[in-house]
Amino acid sequence: MTLNWFRLASPATFYPVAGRLIPWFAWPAALCACVGVALGLGAAPTDFQQGDAYRIIFIHVPAAWMSMFLYLVMAFWGAMSLGFNTRLSAMLAQAIAPTGALMTFLALVTGSFWGRPTWGTYWAWDARMTSELILLFLYLGVIALRSAIDDPRRADRACAVLALTGAVNVPIIYYSVKWWNTLHQGMSVRPGESKMATIMLLGMLIMSFAAWFYAIAVVLHRARSIMLERESGAAWVGALAETRS
Amino acid sequence: MNEFFAMGGYAFYVWSAYGIATVVIAGEILAVRARRKAAVRLARIVASEPARPAASTGSVR
Repeated sequence: MTLNWFRLASPATFYPVAGRLIPWFAWPAALCACVGVALGLGAAPTDFQQGDAYRIIFIHVPAAWMSMFLYLVMAFWGAMSLGFNTRLSAMLAQAIAPTGALMTFLALVTGSFWGRPTWGTYWAWDARMTSELILLFLYLGVIALRSAIDDPRRADRACAVLALTGAVNVPIIYYSVKWWNTLHQGMSVRPGESKMATIMLLGMLIMSFAAWFYAIAVVLHRARSIMLERESGAAWVGALAETRS
Repeated sequence: MNEFFAMGGYAFYVWSAYGIATVVIAGEILAVRARRKAAVRLARIVASEPARPAASTGSVR
């Protein structure tokens, strides 16, 4: 099967495709979140070291993973928009930033609610936490930069450059617990090995799927709004069922 | 049941984390829906206007 990706790269063709895709991600997200929370708060046993406080990781770890991953995806679409000058790539990058910021915020807040009972402090300026905080500032910087530039195409380029520059922070976050002596604990899950009980790991993986599906659904949803905002007046927008009165 | 809500003495931390996550995610869903509504309304207004010269279809935000 040959698929012409550049045909999909036009907002006019991607808009209806995204609309059809959203429920396929939104419902699995809701389902995974329900199952994951039931496993995390109910079925998973109390941790012998950290007591029930560890149950926060079922939100914290998926949110932290998503915060880093979404940043890389945003930087990737930024690079595509710089390289190919495709409007849709820039719109996707624009749609990702708020959700990425939200995931980063959740990772930081849930982390501090975990840190207080576990380490005795809500916050420490250690490498993992500081670099994650910088990630939040990078997301907010990308959002602020866009709203500061009136011409959307110029904003696209400026945001793409900022996103790409900031991407260097992601490996720093990921490896910070290895490179520096941090208050934050080391990696519990690594490709190929895990230090957790099976049911805990299962709960965390299901919550990660929930975060994935949620992020995809909400980003596609926002991307559709962005397409309408930026292309209103274009013939394809006027021909949509929802804009004909 | 009470034991479940007590979370082994960590109730404040566990429920705060889950509560904040729920509120923030619900807030994003509402925000995304509101934005969609506004975008559709805007597109409808623009589409119902008489045809304009191509140069004027440009930055909306």
